[in-house]
Amino acid sequence: MSEKTKRIAMIASKADIAGAYPPLILATTAAAMDYEVGIFFTFFGLNMLKKNKLNKLKVTPVGQTAMPMPIPQIVGVIPGMTDMATMMMKSWMKGANVAKLQELMDISVESGVRLIACQMTMDVMKIKRKDLIDECEVGGGATFLEFASSADVTLYF
Amino acid sequence: MSEIKIAQTLDAKNLSCPLPILRTKKAIAGLQIGEYLEILATDPGSVADFKAWTTSTGHELIKNSENGGIYRFIIKRTK
Repeated sequence: MSEKTKRIAMIASKADIAGAYPPLILATTAAAMDYEVGIFFTFFGLNMLKKNKLNKLKVTPVGQTAMPMPIPQIVGVIPGMTDMATMMMKSWMKGANVAKLQELMDISVESGVRLIACQMTMDVMKIKRKDLIDECEVGGGATFLEFASSADVTLYF
Repeated sequence: MSEIKIAQTLDAKNLSCPLPILRTKKAIAGLQIGEYLEILATDPGSVADFKAWTTSTGHELIKNSENGGIYRFIIKRTK
């Protein structure tokens, strides 16, 4: 291949269901397109790298004003509504045969996607290295920027 | 058309983005260079996605047709 390998660098900062899908969908797709892929997981996004966590992520109806089945915002704060919205969202996803987050993460790992856990977030949220999947690496802003500096595409989620 | 011999058929029906592309990537890696992969999909987005994927990876999209909601693609492994 004479052409230079393309590179995509992403930041994943959210870990509700709706926030976790885009970086993993694009990471696996980019890897399938022969891109070099790196994701920096910071703040809540770091939850995506926790062991056995991905399929337990939720979606809250609060602030989600465009859910297919609209829930009045005030109702969203009632206990149990987050679990209900999560259940509904998962059933829509299943109906549309969308891959599970864990499946996309497995393919990411298999495809050699660089998964960088934010050290600072680990310190703030008291997350230990052993709480995270073995396949990720731990780094800081400089680690990500060094990778991103020669990226063709950069995205923030 | 008659000289195209399909080496493998990938059933990607009822799969949503990005799974048809991900499965295709895997399947094409199992072919020899010059062999043809047939893909059947139901995701309407796959029409644009397979064009983009072949442009990006350099594999050749030989055929692209639709019949009764089933999209059929034939891709030649080129490298």
